[in-house]
Amino acid sequence: MDTEDYPRAYIYRQVVRAKLFIDERFAEDIDLAGIAGEAYYSRHHFLRLFKSMFGTTPQQYRGRVRIERAKRLLAAGWGVTEACFEVGFESPSTFSSTFRRVVGVAPSRYARDAALRDESIAREPLVHVPGCFSAKLAVAQKSNSE
Amino acid sequence: MISRLSHVSIFVLNQESAYEFYVDKLGFRVHTDAPMGPDARWLTVTPPDQPDLEISLMQIAPGMMFTDESAEAMKKLVQAGTFGFGVFECVDIYATYEELKAKGVEFKKPPTKEFYAIEALFRDDSGNWFSLGQKE
Repeated sequence: MDTEDYPRAYIYRQVVRAKLFIDERFAEDIDLAGIAGEAYYSRHHFLRLFKSMFGTTPQQYRGRVRIERAKRLLAAGWGVTEACFEVGFESPSTFSSTFRRVVGVAPSRYARDAALRDESIAREPLVHVPGCFSAKLAVAQKSNSE
Repeated sequence: MISRLSHVSIFVLNQESAYEFYVDKLGFRVHTDAPMGPDARWLTVTPPDQPDLEISLMQIAPGMMFTDESAEAMKKLVQAGTFGFGVFECVDIYATYEELKAKGVEFKKPPTKEFYAIEALFRDDSGNWFSLGQKE
């Protein structure tokens, strides 16, 4: 499987490597043109390949990774400013407007909703689980407490 | 009239390991991860572009959906690769195949043109099989 098991396998591996590099270093101010160089392509050719494989440009993809990471941090109780810098944004206002555009609500609202949901789950966990699963859970919990 | 599927279960041997597989390797998003008492955890994930389909990663363990006997039997069946659970779609199957291989996902079949799609086959960390498909 390490050889050419389908047409252009080598090209796919190069561009996927660049995508994984972004996954790992998304919070850093990495030079996306430099990534093209590492993949041995001109910037234009690399952008075209990346977009055809992942449906988005490297720049947009990195933005998406940052916002997804920020969602996880906010849900875990991080403050908005801390999450903003942690995922690589330089300005809280840019972070907030980007977050709102992508997610549909402001980061502070997202964090508040997540905290309320966590509280509700801690208080009454079974109401968050559909009946075909929760009936079994309720039986298990009852038998465990007996 | 039924219109959509919103929740579905996949039975896994270990939820912690399944979390790593589905979230860190496949790139799924965590929807809910909550303890349900001392011995149960409600863990659901969603495919990245399908946030309204919750996949429940249900640990095969006695006490919840299983008795001691049925849990043991189910574990053996899952480990043996008895079950194929579904088809995941992607934008570019060759790129997805290379990415998942780089992350250590085990493939049974590389991308191959079939009548219904270009298809590859992979298994999760428990032994459940999935098709990876790209419609032409």
